Amino acid sequence: MTPGAIERSALRLDRVGATLAALGVGGLALGPFVSARPNRIVDGVPHGLFEALPPSLAAFVALVAAAAALVALSQAPPVLRAFAGAAALACLTLALGQAPRHLTAPGDIYARVAPGWGYWLAGFASTLLIADALTRLRFRPLARLAALVIAGLAAAAAIGSGALDDLSIMKEYAIRATSFWAEARTHLALALGSVAAALAIGAPLGVAVHRVTAARGPTLAVLTVVQTIPSIALFGLLIAPLAWLARTIPGAAEIGIAGVGAAPAFVALTLYALLPVVGSVVSGLGAAPPPAIDAARGAGMTDWQVLAQIEAPLGAPTFLSGLRVVTVQNIGLTTIAALVGGGGFGTFVFQGVGQTAIDLVLLGAVPTVALSFVAAVVLDAASESAGAHA
Amino acid sequence: MITIERLTKRYDDDVVVDDVSLEIAEGAIVAVVGASGSGKTTLLRMINRMVEPTSGRVLIAGEDTRATAPHLLRRSIGYAIQGHGLFPHRTIAENVATTPKLLGWDKARIEARVDELLSLFGLEPAIYGPRRPHQLSGGQQQRVGVARALAAFPRVLLMDEPFGALDPIVRAKAQADLRAIQRKLGVTVVLVTHDMDEATSLADRIAIMERGRLVQEATPVEVLTHPATQFAADMFGADERPFRLLSLKSVADLTQPGEAGGEPIAADADRREALAALLWSGRAAAPVTGAGGERLGIVTLARLVEAAAAKAR
Ligand SMILES: Nc1ncnc2c1ncn2[C@@H]1O[C@H](COP(=O)(O)OP(=O)(O)OP(=O)(O)O)[C@@H](O)[C@H]1O
Ligand SMILES: [Mg+2]
Repeated sequence: MTPGAIERSALRLDRVGATLAALGVGGLALGPFVSARPNRIVDGVPHGLFEALPPSLAAFVALVAAAAALVALSQAPPVLRAFAGAAALACLTLALGQAPRHLTAPGDIYARVAPGWGYWLAGFASTLLIADALTRLRFRPLARLAALVIAGLAAAAAIGSGALDDLSIMKEYAIRATSFWAEARTHLALALGSVAAALAIGAPLGVAVHRVTAARGPTLAVLTVVQTIPSIALFGLLIAPLAWLARTIPGAAEIGIAGVGAAPAFVALTLYALLPVVGSVVSGLGAAPPPAIDAARGAGMTDWQVLAQIEAPLGAPTFLSGLRVVTVQNIGLTTIAALVGGGGFGTFVFQGVGQTAIDLVLLGAVPTVALSFVAAVVLDAASESAGAHA
Repeated sequence: MITIERLTKRYDDDVVVDDVSLEIAEGAIVAVVGASGSGKTTLLRMINRMVEPTSGRVLIAGEDTRATAPHLLRRSIGYAIQGHGLFPHRTIAENVATTPKLLGWDKARIEARVDELLSLFGLEPAIYGPRRPHQLSGGQQQRVGVARALAAFPRVLLMDEPFGALDPIVRAKAQADLRAIQRKLGVTVVLVTHDMDEATSLADRIAIMERGRLVQEATPVEVLTHPATQFAADMFGADERPFRLLSLKSVADLTQPGEAGGEPIAADADRREALAALLWSGRAAAPVTGAGGERLGIVTLARLVEAAAAKAR
């Protein structure tokens, strides 16, 4: 190797890492680390890292962030990069939990301290650094699930330890702890229940239109039209017919059918999930190579045996990645169910919007994002292990 | 053994197979040849009812194929296609076991049969059985495709350009293997091919299709020397015909008493090889030796040239 080549390789920067380092360090240096308010509805006052924290802690955070940025910039091995990202994220978040004590007088129960966009940016960059490193490590599906469990335990430990209790979002949570978990259950039941219902209807429908080619175009066209109705309009559209059903059919109201509430939300979410479910069943079943299907029939398989033994297993990865999209989509869309009184995390979001209390909006939005993320990782792992033969 | 009676397939107004009748003897290899689109694949697939005939019927061992449900019929007929159609998500052993499993054989019997077939096709069962199709070469995949078709002791083996995707050397080996295995198992083979060498060297009889019609069905020698139509004549190529004819017989019965020098030729070598050897070494005659290396006599260039003429048969 020539001296020039050595110099070049030492100077070579990691492109993704450089972007993340700039994002994180820039966010911390330029943006507010927290925003503090005397009470929950007035405008916040931004505080940079060194205002928000005692000097020694602020210096420590800056040091850790700088070290993580250097690791991100360099050609460090993925394990080290993941570790740097995790250390930065943990350090930023635990320090964030200390900001309220530094900024507000003891005993002031009205004051609110929320993360500023400087924290969000640096936290986002750290998370991406971890995600990028995990991708480079090419974890097997099972290892990815294990990583997810570890991340979940770390988050639970951070929250459970009380280290974050003084933050605004946790104060909102403390007031609503009981209803938070009730809405969480509703949210999960609506999101996953509607996906299950869409599967129960859409999977047989997908198999049917896969077989009867002539029915494929019209069916998918109808479902596409449903898909294009804006979600709020669809929720609204369902109020009248469901209210009518509840009035006219005896017993319908008793089993929960009503113009507002969970029923229209459930129906609308199911309708939204139907197109992607049918679509991914159809494209999954179409993924098997035609000579393999020909050979399977030639070997003496019945149509059902070809479906169960050849088309279904070969289409499973496509189907499961479609299911991942549907599930993530419905977890997000369920937020809107609160508009028709369906409940779920959307309840906090819309209450927060109504009260211009951003902390309350976050109490609804953060768990929704976390749920989507978990669903995406789990179903991604399932899809990949179903395709392990390829 | 297979009787095809006035078989016709029409798609709307297109007559794809037109009133074809054909008798195929038990244990024979019949090659079906013809231009692209002449209806070869359709004819083949009507035998195992992958395509249902518009009219006419097919009898196997005297029994009308319509008497059996299609999927049950197909379990008694081997089917091998170009591009092998192996199941990518199943191991080689599972692929070969497909039809026996459908027939409900017990595990031990299936295992024994899979091992037997893989060995027969030169694939060590312990090594190749657990592999997936993508871990095999094209030639190996193709052999597995044929092994799978033969797994449940079919009476009939249908093959649609099974060697079409292989390079010439691998293809020649696959053809030789097929011939040996077919002789051993005594299965009746219907082989669709575009390769005239394959047809003349492998088949006992050649069936020539032209625009849906069967225009000739005869032995390779007859098809070569007395083609029924201009198309049948063209198909074998005017410049290739004498050599194809020579390749069909061995030098044994051209051997005459005499003395000649140089590299000897085996009595069971085909005449085309013998001619090539003489031309290449610039000799007018070569000694012929038997299986044990004993001298049987000589074969002369003159006799070989004479044998290459169409009248010579
Ligand atoms: N399902 C079908 N519907 C309509 N026409 C068909 C169908 N299958 C085959 N054909 C037509 O029938 C004719 C014969 O097709 P076939 O596949 O039997 O030909 P082939 O002799 O096997 O040709 P190749 O050598 O190219 O494989 C072609 O013109 C083809 O377009
Ligand atoms: Mg064909």
